Parts: sequence; C-alpha cells; structure tokens
Amino acid sequence: MERSAADLVPGQKGMVKDFTDEYISLKLMEMGVLPGTEIVMKFAAPLGDPICVDVSGYALSLRVEEAKTIILS
Amino acid sequence: MSRTINVALVGNPNAGKTSVFNLLTGMNQKVGNFPGVTMDKVSGLYSYNNSPINVLDLPGTYSIYPRSMDERVVFDFLSDENAHDFPDTIIAVADASNLERNLLLFSEIKDLGQPTILVLTMLDIANKQGLNIDISALEKEFNTTVITVNGRNGEGLEDLKKAILDTKHPEHVPFYDVNDLSPEIIPIIKDKFELRNDYIAYQYAQQTYSKSFLSIDEKQFIADAKVKYNFCDRQFQTTETVERYKIIRKKLQEVVIRSQEGVVKNRTSKLDKILTHKIYGYLIFMAVLLLMFQTIFEWANPFMDWIDMGFAELSGLANDLLPPGVLTDLLAEGIIPGLGGVVIFIPQIALLFCFIAILEESGYMARVVFLTDKIMRKFGLNGKSIVPLISGVACAIPAIMATRNIESWKDRIITIFVTPFMSCSARLPVYAILISLVIPEKHVLGIFNLQGLTLMFLYLLGFFGAIFSALIMQKILKVKERSYFIMELPVYRWPKWRNVWITIFSKSRTFVFEAGKIILAISIILWVLASYGPGDKFDQATTTVQAEQPSLAVDSQAFENAVSAYKLENSYAGILGKSIEPAIAPLGYDWKIGIALITSFAAREVFVGTIATIYSVGADEESETTIKEKLRAEINPHTGDPMYTFALGMSLMVFYAFAMQCMSTLAVVYRETKSYKWPLLQLFYMSGLAYLSALVVYQVLK
Repeated sequence: MERSAADLVPGQKGMVKDFTDEYISLKLMEMGVLPGTEIVMKFAAPLGDPICVDVSGYALSLRVEEAKTIILS
Repeated sequence: MSRTINVALVGNPNAGKTSVFNLLTGMNQKVGNFPGVTMDKVSGLYSYNNSPINVLDLPGTYSIYPRSMDERVVFDFLSDENAHDFPDTIIAVADASNLERNLLLFSEIKDLGQPTILVLTMLDIANKQGLNIDISALEKEFNTTVITVNGRNGEGLEDLKKAILDTKHPEHVPFYDVNDLSPEIIPIIKDKFELRNDYIAYQYAQQTYSKSFLSIDEKQFIADAKVKYNFCDRQFQTTETVERYKIIRKKLQEVVIRSQEGVVKNRTSKLDKILTHKIYGYLIFMAVLLLMFQTIFEWANPFMDWIDMGFAELSGLANDLLPPGVLTDLLAEGIIPGLGGVVIFIPQIALLFCFIAILEESGYMARVVFLTDKIMRKFGLNGKSIVPLISGVACAIPAIMATRNIESWKDRIITIFVTPFMSCSARLPVYAILISLVIPEKHVLGIFNLQGLTLMFLYLLGFFGAIFSALIMQKILKVKERSYFIMELPVYRWPKWRNVWITIFSKSRTFVFEAGKIILAISIILWVLASYGPGDKFDQATTTVQAEQPSLAVDSQAFENAVSAYKLENSYAGILGKSIEPAIAPLGYDWKIGIALITSFAAREVFVGTIATIYSVGADEESETTIKEKLRAEINPHTGDPMYTFALGMSLMVFYAFAMQCMSTLAVVYRETKSYKWPLLQLFYMSGLAYLSALVVYQVLK
C-alpha cells in the first residue's frame, strides 16, 4: 500500500509523487501541491478532519479523504 | 478631462487586494452587477493628474480556471474586449510572503495580453519570515512593472497611481505558450471570434460552457472543434499548471533569498495551537459567538430606539405640518413607518458586518470553517456554510449573498435553503413582545432569567430547524457532484480598520437599497389594504360606531379608537384576516392575528406594528407598554379569559420561528439560484413546517 498524505502524523514530512484523483489534483496543483513538492503535516482539526499541512510556504487545509488522493514517495 | 482609464484588480484571496482597492478609491465605491450573472460588481473611481480612473475589484481567485460563481466572473470579464469597461490595465495583487502560489494567477493573467502591473503586498510579513525579495530581479524575470504597496499605511500608493497612468509597458511575451498544447484549435477560435490573443482563445476552449456571453451555436462550434482536434481539458490544464509552476520556481530562485525561519509563522502556529485546540478551540468559538450576539442585541438597542423614536416623530410631524388628506396619510402611516422598518435594522446589520469583517481580516474565520467542517458535513453542509448561518442571525439577505464562495452547487443550495431558519433580527421584536406577555419574569436556578431562556430556546429552535432541514435536503438532493474542501489558512494579522469601516458602510448601504425597495413597496400596499375597504361599511364607519356605541363621546380618544378598529375590521386587510380565520383557528389565532400574519408575510417585524394598529392603539401613544397592556387586556370572545395565553403565545412564537415571512429573502434566493423553484419550495416547506409545529404546540399546551 502506498503512503498518502493522510498517513502523515503531525510534524512528519513527505514528498508528493502522484495523485489518484484528477479532478481534485487540478485544484491541489493550483494551490501549489505539485509532484516533487514537500508537504509537512501540521495539525488536524479537533475531530480528526480536516487536516492542515504546510506546503510551499503557507498553511493549507484539506479533508482527510482529499489527502488520501495525494500519493507520497 | 481625458478619457476614463479602466483598471481591474485581480489576486488570490487574502492577498490584500481589497486593501489596495480601498486605498485607491477610499469611500468612493459603488456596487453594480456583472451582465448576465448576479454577482456584485464593486468598482470605485478616483482621479490622478486630471485623469479619471475607474477601478474594478474582481473576486479573489487562485487561478483563471473558475471553481465557484465568484471566480467565473474573473475570466469572463477579462476576456470580453467589447465591454465598455474592459480594463486598459490589469493590476495583479500578490502576497509577497507567498510569492510562488500568487504568481501562478499572475502568469495566467499576464498571458491574456493586457498591460499588467504586479503589486506586492505584505512585504513586511515576508521579511519577518526571513524572505528577501529582489524587486528589480522580479521585474526582469517576470517581464513586468512591480510596485510594492503597504496595505496598512498606504506606502507605495503614489507609485502605483503613477504606474497606472504610465503607458510604457514591456512588450508582450507569453509566459507559457499554449500553442504547445493544442496548436490547431487556437487559430480556429481566434479566427471565429476575432480574438488577438492565443491564451484567450485557448481559454474559450477550456471554459466554453461557463462563458456567459457565448451563444448556444458558438458553444457548439467550439465543442465540435474540440472533438475534432482531440482537445483534452483536464490533461491540458494539468500540464499547463505544472509547467507554469516549473517556470515560476526556476525564476524565483533568482528573486527570493531565504534566511532563517521567521517570527510571523511562529506566532500563527502558537495561536493555532490554542484556537484549534480540542477543547479551547470550541470554547473560544462559543465565546466569540456569545460576544457577537450580546453586542448585536445589546449595543444596537439604544440606536434602534433612537431610530424608532425619530421615525415616530417624523410621522407625527408629517401629520401636523401637511394638509390632511390621502397623501399625508400615505406618507405618515405608510411610507415613513415603512422606511423606519428598514432603517431600524442598520445598527444590527452594521455591527454584524463589523464582527464578520474583523473575523475575516484577522484570519480567524478560516479557522472557524476548519473547526466546523466535519460537523457541518454530517448535515449535508460544508465548513463554509458556517459564515452564512452565523450571519443569518442578523439578516438572511446578506447571509445568502455570502454563500457565493461555496464551490459545491449542492452545498450552496442547501445552505441557501436552510439559512432563513436562523432567527434573524426581524423576529426579535415579535419574540420580545410575546415573551414579555406570556412568560413570567422570574429566575430559575437562581441566575437564569426565564424570559432570556425562552429567547435562547427560540434561537436554538431556529438553528435546529436549519440543521434538521439540511439533513432532509441532503437525502432528497441526489446530485452526483464532487465536493471538496481545500482552503488556505492565512496567517493571523491585526485587522485593517479602514477595510472594516468600508465593509460596514458598503454592506449597510446595499441592505438599505436592496431590502428597502421591497419593504417600502409592501408597506405601501399594506397601508392601502388596511386603509380602504369594499362597499359602504367602510365609508360609514363613523356613523355606524356612533349608532352602535352611543355612550362614546364623539371626538374622544376612545371613540376614535373604536372607529379605527371598526374600519380595520371592514378593510380589505380585515376581510382577508377573517377569510383565513378557519384555517388558523386550530392554532389558537383569531382574525386579528390573521391580519398580522398576512401583513407580516412581507416582513416579520410588521407583526408588532400591525397588532398595534389592530388593537387600536392610537398612533401617537405607540409605546411598548401600551401595546402590551392592550394585548394583556384582550379577551377571548369564546372563553371569556385573556386572549394571549401561554399556549397562544408559544404557538405564535414557534410559528414565527419557522415561517418564511420575508419577501426580501425570497427575492434574494430567486436572484441567487436563478430559479423560481427554490424560493417557492422554501416558502411552502417553511410555512408548512411553521403551521404544523404551531398546531402541535397549541393543541398540546392548551
């Protein structure tokens, strides 16, 4: 099983490799989440979802199900 | 004076675009409409060196590919060369602390071919984060004029104004050449629509169906060409975005010099630890809400009282100074109170927008959305629905307008549908008078005021009505639509007070004009309905009352009251009230309340004014105590007991909590959904729910 951005624990880093969902990937790429970009998991909302990650110098929030579409290398 | 220069402002959300707009135009702003869509078009005028300059503030967006209603406007506007206000110059505002992502939009905008100025904001934050930006390298690498503006103190504004007038622009070189993607289709579209620019032509192919100014035939033409030349929207968009970022990253290596980790991020991280904490996060959110409601209802009160008194005085003045007649009556009893009914909400609306502007400006609102998304999702809503729902407590009209940034159509429709359940400020006067009438003023458990608890119960009732209805809607609306939640969490900042003030001012103005028109029209119609009646009965009110109650002295206040009560009973409004009496009798209401229900269909707050008239309180002693005393003295003709019992009061309050009694809201829902289906559904669903609930409440409590 490949590792996705949803598997990161707070403080952990990961490098984006690919996406599993084209539609969501378009939005993510516009927001600077591109293959080869490093993302750092910052924290999750109190109910565990959504989560907040650091990407290309800013804080991005996304749902766990969307984070699952980001495959890390 | 020379020709007006048109300038359009574009930029990412949170990039400081509004600050730049406010700095340029000050209070000289107006709200119009984009052709074909119901988006507010905010523009402002200023003059510099004798040149009038018209600035248009386009909605914030991350890319030229639209995701929401808001964003669709951006490309539509920037590609329609024939529009009278097509921009001569585009200003792309970019957050210097977040340059890479901001430059994606800039690079797309630049490829549209119009002269583009890059404005950098938040350079101070970038510096504190340890980012040093070489401005001249930026200008050279990105082939553009760069101006730095400080949104807080306006530093750099002069340079920007000068640059807008400057006609010397670097020669247009495409940042990214889309001919690499689809060489065949671009010349065909350029030729067909007489376009000069490759990127615009390419975007015609990408955004064919969302473009409002293309005819069906034209859309078909493009669709056919796309099939013929194998144009793959998403694949091309992916390649384009990746390539653009590659170029931007490479160029930025020459521009940005990174030193150590900065202070601002640390501050934001520390604040986030508390504000999104498992327990404190929600507690703080609750505290903020509590403070907001407290403020809206407590601080607005004195202002509302002044406005109320002012308009009552004005009515009296009109009555005294103008010659008696129909026109004076219309003015004093129809138009002036009608206007008063609009103006009275300004303090609450202004305070609400003050809060919302501060929460948005500081970056806290994004955290609220983040905190509530999972909960809201369970009910078919979205974290972004929280802002409209909170705003709905003041007024559903601006709240429904605030749903535009929800990307998912389904989430947006559900939010629009349930927002009017939130107890808006127009319900407050109704609740206030009924609570004081049927709920005893005593304390429970030592500290809780029973009347206050009832009010809180009514607000919760509205909230649960909204949540419950969202749940039903989610089950009914079977739409296969992808909803996602990908949102920036901006760094925390002190709000810019200029922006807060301008928001308060412009939102209040929009409310007064948009809602005011409708409320004014309805109040005139109501006045006519209540002031005229069919046949002789109405005209001979004076003689009839004299004959029926000979004990009353003509000219006495009691006689006058009896006449106006008799007139009302026989007016068109009275007849309407009586005709619906059989339907509302099971709820405990008589025809007098029936009139109030009919009149308050247009706007809830009319209830108080109507019952004041019905129970024949003289116009010049319209104080709350007298209305209350009259209501308390009212006897139920069937039982001989007081009319306003606990059961009736509760039934009425529950009815008002649920019923869709606001013409302005229905009008806004129609405007926002562009269909009669939603406002009509809302009207029948909410009124039906109100009727059934009030029926149950009355029958159980009776």
